[in-house]
Amino acid sequence: MLDTELRTLIDEVKDGRMDRRAFIQRMIGFGLTAPMATQILAIGGVAMAQSPSPYKPTRRGGGGPLKVLWWQGPTLLNPHFATGTKDQDASRIFYEPLGCWDPEGNLNLVLAAEIPSIQNGGLAVDGKSVTWKLKPGVKWHDGHPFTADDVVFNWEYARDPATAALTIATYRDIKVEKVDDLTVRILFDKPTPFWADAFVGAPNTIIPKHLFADYKGAKSREAPTNLSPVGTGPYKFVEFKPGDVVRGVINPDYHMPNRPYFDTIEMKGGGDAVSAARAVIQTGEYDFAWNIQVEDEILLRLEKGGKGKTIYAVGGDTEFIALNFTDPNTEVDGERSSIKTKHPLFSDPAVRKALAMLVDREAVRKVIYGRAGRTTANFLNGPEKFVSRNTSWEFNIEKAAKLLDDAGWKPGADGIREKDGKKLKLLYQTSINGPRQKTQAIVKQACQKAGIDVELKSVVASVFFSSDVANPDTYAKFYADLEMFQIPLSQPDPALHMRRYISSNVATKENKWQGPNFPRWVNKEYDATIEAAESEVDPVKRAALYIKCNDLMYQDTVFIPVQHRLKVEACSNTLHPVISGWANETDNLHDWYRGEA
Amino acid sequence: MAGSTLAFPSAERRAYSPWRETWRRYRRHKLAVVSAVLLAVLIAAVVFGPLVWHVSINDIDVNSRLEGPSLAHPFGTDDLGQDILARMIYGGRISLAVGLAAMLVSVIVGTLVGALAGMSRGALGHALMWLTDLFLSLPQLPLLLLLIYLFRDGLKAVFGPEGGIFILVVLVIGGLRWMPVARLVRAQFLSLREKEFVEAARALGASPLRQVVRHILPNAVGPVIIAGTIDVAAAIIAESTLSFLGLGFPPDTPTWGRLLYDAKDYLDIASHWALFPGGAIFIAVVSINFIGDGLRDALDARKVI
Amino acid sequence: MGQYVLRRLLIAVPSLLGISLVLFVVLALAPGDPFSELATNPNVPPEVALALRAKFGLDDPIYLRYLHWLLAMAQGDWGFSFVSRMDVDTLILQRLPTTLYVIGSAQLLALLIAIPVGVYAATRPYSIFDQIANTFAFIGFSLPTFFTGILFILIFSVTLDWLPLVYTTDINATGVQWLIEELRQAIMPVVVLGLFQAASMTRFVRSAMLDVIRLDYVTTARAKGLGQTRVIVKHVMRNAMIPVVTLVALQMPAVFGGAIVTEQIFRIPGIGSLLISSILANDTPVVMAVTFVFACLVVFFNLAADVLYGWLDPRISLR
Repeated sequence: MLDTELRTLIDEVKDGRMDRRAFIQRMIGFGLTAPMATQILAIGGVAMAQSPSPYKPTRRGGGGPLKVLWWQGPTLLNPHFATGTKDQDASRIFYEPLGCWDPEGNLNLVLAAEIPSIQNGGLAVDGKSVTWKLKPGVKWHDGHPFTADDVVFNWEYARDPATAALTIATYRDIKVEKVDDLTVRILFDKPTPFWADAFVGAPNTIIPKHLFADYKGAKSREAPTNLSPVGTGPYKFVEFKPGDVVRGVINPDYHMPNRPYFDTIEMKGGGDAVSAARAVIQTGEYDFAWNIQVEDEILLRLEKGGKGKTIYAVGGDTEFIALNFTDPNTEVDGERSSIKTKHPLFSDPAVRKALAMLVDREAVRKVIYGRAGRTTANFLNGPEKFVSRNTSWEFNIEKAAKLLDDAGWKPGADGIREKDGKKLKLLYQTSINGPRQKTQAIVKQACQKAGIDVELKSVVASVFFSSDVANPDTYAKFYADLEMFQIPLSQPDPALHMRRYISSNVATKENKWQGPNFPRWVNKEYDATIEAAESEVDPVKRAALYIKCNDLMYQDTVFIPVQHRLKVEACSNTLHPVISGWANETDNLHDWYRGEA
Repeated sequence: MAGSTLAFPSAERRAYSPWRETWRRYRRHKLAVVSAVLLAVLIAAVVFGPLVWHVSINDIDVNSRLEGPSLAHPFGTDDLGQDILARMIYGGRISLAVGLAAMLVSVIVGTLVGALAGMSRGALGHALMWLTDLFLSLPQLPLLLLLIYLFRDGLKAVFGPEGGIFILVVLVIGGLRWMPVARLVRAQFLSLREKEFVEAARALGASPLRQVVRHILPNAVGPVIIAGTIDVAAAIIAESTLSFLGLGFPPDTPTWGRLLYDAKDYLDIASHWALFPGGAIFIAVVSINFIGDGLRDALDARKVI
Repeated sequence: MGQYVLRRLLIAVPSLLGISLVLFVVLALAPGDPFSELATNPNVPPEVALALRAKFGLDDPIYLRYLHWLLAMAQGDWGFSFVSRMDVDTLILQRLPTTLYVIGSAQLLALLIAIPVGVYAATRPYSIFDQIANTFAFIGFSLPTFFTGILFILIFSVTLDWLPLVYTTDINATGVQWLIEELRQAIMPVVVLGLFQAASMTRFVRSAMLDVIRLDYVTTARAKGLGQTRVIVKHVMRNAMIPVVTLVALQMPAVFGGAIVTEQIFRIPGIGSLLISSILANDTPVVMAVTFVFACLVVFFNLAADVLYGWLDPRISLR
């Protein structure tokens, strides 16, 4: 799609000849996410809309307690140190960002006064800066005023490597300057279509300068408010026991009118997903439970009780099986799965294609994920705009068998196919997780029927995902033929996600297996496409390039996508939470209320 | 034992060797005999079962999931449609083998350490108790992870993948359960070695080894048998905990403990899934216990049968 | 006796040091990474993960790390958790009361059930009471706690709705109401754990009693005309208690260490769940602190058991 076509479409929206929603749907058809589409419109001069607020109550408080279950209990309350969404979710109760994403992909204002756009001068036409106006009169929980100094401080705090903040990547390459007490400007070195990253969303909430200024850099871990947050959020801090419970009480001076609804909030941690679902759906002891990774069978049964239900949000998380392009069983210079080797079986594209046909995605969806899964042929499944329409999947054992036969892999005496003395025996590993083990069983069965022998292996999650150099069972070392897991799409933009698989990022002993290209896939065309995408300003052209990347992966069968996984939460029938697929679960906490079922 | 107290005059006519005498006394204990038969049946079922029941253990049948017992599936199906009876037969071999082997390891090591510590009056006893305290303090999970990481590949290379894991699992489970047995045996020994009959044996010139084997050990064996039966159940469950942590057999191996673990979330939907493996573990434990009871009564010199 | 105790206590110190060294080495060598969640997060550049490792001293050689730990412990600094970024002793103290309350009650319940039932069953071997007690004991320890826990939840929380299935440490009530709520939420975990322990302990008590009941001096006491109760309590039990004391001493450290599975199922914030989550996250300082306290308790209680043997059976000479 060309530049001029895009301009024409945007003009149509500006003139009112095309409906915003229709434009967004069009962009989605090209694989863009809703947030990206609204940002394109913003750059094109159509200011972002604000979705009508779902919040109904007309006064602050009086809603009683809100009890939520986060079965992975939060372990710290400083958003810059959060090692996973659980810590970001807990921090978000007390701290706030400038804005956050709603389910439609629009920005909801939190600490910002208005959404930057070309019209109001917030967005620079060349895409190299964003100016945010802050809400006046906002106070921290201890009474100090919230100003631009706090925003600038967060940038200094996070970008300093000595702080070892995990948010460093967002803040390292930008420059933030104070324009006046209520205005900040973010400057980028290159045109950045995705300007709403820093200070937006639960991962990027803002901490107060007056309490953290003495604890920058190497002293960051000593700050007392690391454990007793003072924020601007709807709830004030009461108590925190790591791994167990986070408690908050209503903030009577909260800057949004009539909010929050609840008088207290309690976030309890621990246990497993099934009992969390029970506590919400069956016994009603809790109002909301996060991330219910449970077989749909069980959830359907629980919902018969009638006190609660499951709700779903579409994001971009894909469960996939990765193929190893090197040989895990041969050691070269003391390194297995070395880039100097080629996988003896997978070098034959017919084997890879046959494997892709042996994953019964429909059965996996039906038996395991149910409403939380969608079958897919794409590695990149979200945001919508990046979803390729050029790929397809099928499950066909006979066809796979024929493919193998034609390529010369004939069944031996034991039923396992072989060619030139090499047998089709594969080691398939993943992390410990009920649904994953069941998926392994389903795939193994189909493979056995096609004459491929599969050995299953499951590894403790903290070992599988570790970066420990001495450990042979990590996903990065990939001492197996197949491995299956998911890399969550943490932002509505796939750049970082896709960048991993360029040739220079191959995981090797030399880079201590920190290279993110764990399948060790080398494809010059892919490298070129990624480079082109990263320097492409036009978001539509950019989207097309990422779609091409996805298709290249599909053609080479680098990944076999198993399921596009939706986020699943359990929720009481009387609770009205606001859940977006592009945001953390607590991102819109201020808009939650209890009402009619 | 033979010839100590003859209950019936008619018994005088035959001379029993000690082992035959033990067997004869054992036979009188009805429950023990029934249990031995039951255990033998269980073992035969898992060993010869596949010859009779030909259904595959991992035939995934999406359309007949979580069905209760029926003619086609006497024990019902699980959530992937796999036949539970076939899976129990296959997994039973591993469960029973692991349970019995691990129990033997813990009992033998524990008795050895306990006996040595109990008989010693000096440094050896203290050293062994220190070792026991050490093992009791070790956090099992990191130790397991470490051992498996260190030895898995080596054992696999020598004994093959299944054999290697079996040995590792048995050593790990048995190796972390011998301590209570050792402490119990030592306590018994401390008490028994001061008793008159031991003193008498010593006076008659019995060497320490003979004192232990012929006099003290048979009387100290009570808690050991109890610990042994509890250990079998614990070992079967521990094996499933290991596989849950990715450290034992592959996740698709249907050992009884694993079946119980997989079924726990479906208790209200498909209780048959948990009932059968739980029942099997229960039967195995009960029968081993009564066999142990019978053995103890048969070996007890004082008891008149 | 006093000398013996003193000597044992003195030996305990170096023996604990030895144990702590082995513990530390095992934990240092065990695979796993405190910063594993960073690995799959594309937003976190690898340098940050490596910098964090260096910051927490994870790349120093083992003996150096052990010495640091030892010196810190000696000064009262129990370490700093990688995962929670807070002091380890605060973490442990937060969870201690709950652990003592729930796990301690379970152990107490186990003893209160096991001793009377075991003793009574031994006095009437193979009677109806004995058969029933034995059967329940077998069921009790054949079924793992994760199973019975869920069964109880299904019956009492889900179906009957009598008891809450999640344990909270902050109950919003006062006075009698507070007490009732505390009891209500503690019943299920205490019973699940207590019954599991009681099952095996009953068997041990019964066996120990049976061993002693057959001895000659008991027959003598009976022949002397002493009443059954007196015989049992004064003569039989004291000797039969030796294995029981051994077992109780073995169980006591677990009151501190918590019960991992039960805590997990009922979401009890005890030291057991702290331990398992720290182990899985490779939060070594926490694991080291907890296991070290646990080791101290093991050594102490086994010592106490040894001393008790001397009192229970005067013939036992401890040298």
